[in-house]
Amino acid sequence: MPQSTTTKAISITLNGDPYSLDGDARVAALLDRLNLRTTRVAVEINGHIVPRSDYAQAAIEAGDSVEIINFVGGG
Amino acid sequence: MTDTPFELAGRKFTSRLIVGTGKYKDFAETRAAVETSGAEIVTVAVRRVNITERGKENLLDYLDPARYQILPNTAGCFTAEEAIRTCRLAREVGVGDMVKLEVIGDNKTLFPDVAATLEAARVLVKEGFKVLPYITDDPVSCLRLADIGCVAVMPLAAPIGSGLGIRNPHNIAIIVEQAKVPVIVDAGVGTASDAAVAMELGCDGVLMNTAIAGAKDPLAMARAMRLGVEAGRTAFLAGRIERRLYATASSPLTGLVG
Repeated sequence: MPQSTTTKAISITLNGDPYSLDGDARVAALLDRLNLRTTRVAVEINGHIVPRSDYAQAAIEAGDSVEIINFVGGG
Repeated sequence: MTDTPFELAGRKFTSRLIVGTGKYKDFAETRAAVETSGAEIVTVAVRRVNITERGKENLLDYLDPARYQILPNTAGCFTAEEAIRTCRLAREVGVGDMVKLEVIGDNKTLFPDVAATLEAARVLVKEGFKVLPYITDDPVSCLRLADIGCVAVMPLAAPIGSGLGIRNPHNIAIIVEQAKVPVIVDAGVGTASDAAVAMELGCDGVLMNTAIAGAKDPLAMARAMRLGVEAGRTAFLAGRIERRLYATASSPLTGLVG
């Protein structure tokens, strides 16, 4: 059965906090919803880095732990 | 005597001053300080995106990766595993594979955990990273890191943000003499003379953050640091006089009116 892009919300952990993900559960869609540019971030799902080339297809599933990082000021 | 270019990980740079981007009041001040410093390499930290803040600007909007070599650090990592994970994430952002490796051993001093740094460096070098390790001013650790394949060694002057300057110039001199890779003094620099001393000892570069960002006038200090690094490097290349216990007169000893 193809991966559905149902609007039913799924519970995930996003950057350490519970997050209700509804709508398109693909990484690219989530980044878009969060107003994040793909060229400024890196993404991990369950400890595995998602290559940028996979953002359009990679789907987040219920219970997943997602980390989205970016660069900030530092020494 | 003209200087050779500062070569790091196969790339040539003009500036021997590397600056951090932390502790500034905003991105605009960060950019102004970096520009004034003349630095071509800047360090950044790797952190979770703040998802509650929408439409946020990003540091890279102010420091163009096409203009600056971005050097992500692993600040906040206390184990080799955390540092390795951070480097992999940093590389995935896609602005290069140079990383500043920091594995901290103690919260008060922020001194590196040497064993963990060596362990992380081995893994990262194998994975193709260009590793610049922050390390103690210990010549043996620097030799080991160079043998592992790090592209530079970065011995600390003093604790991060302490402003104490080079605590052990003899060790830094030994590290420079035995160096197989560029030596960049990193951490603890306080003012321009500290940067000049590092360069006079023969270091290839200096890395600093708090010394500029924490100064009363960061832009003025950025300029001072640029000049300090240049002065120190020029003095090093000029070949200083020997240190003597006793005097040698500067004016002739004959022809005195008498």
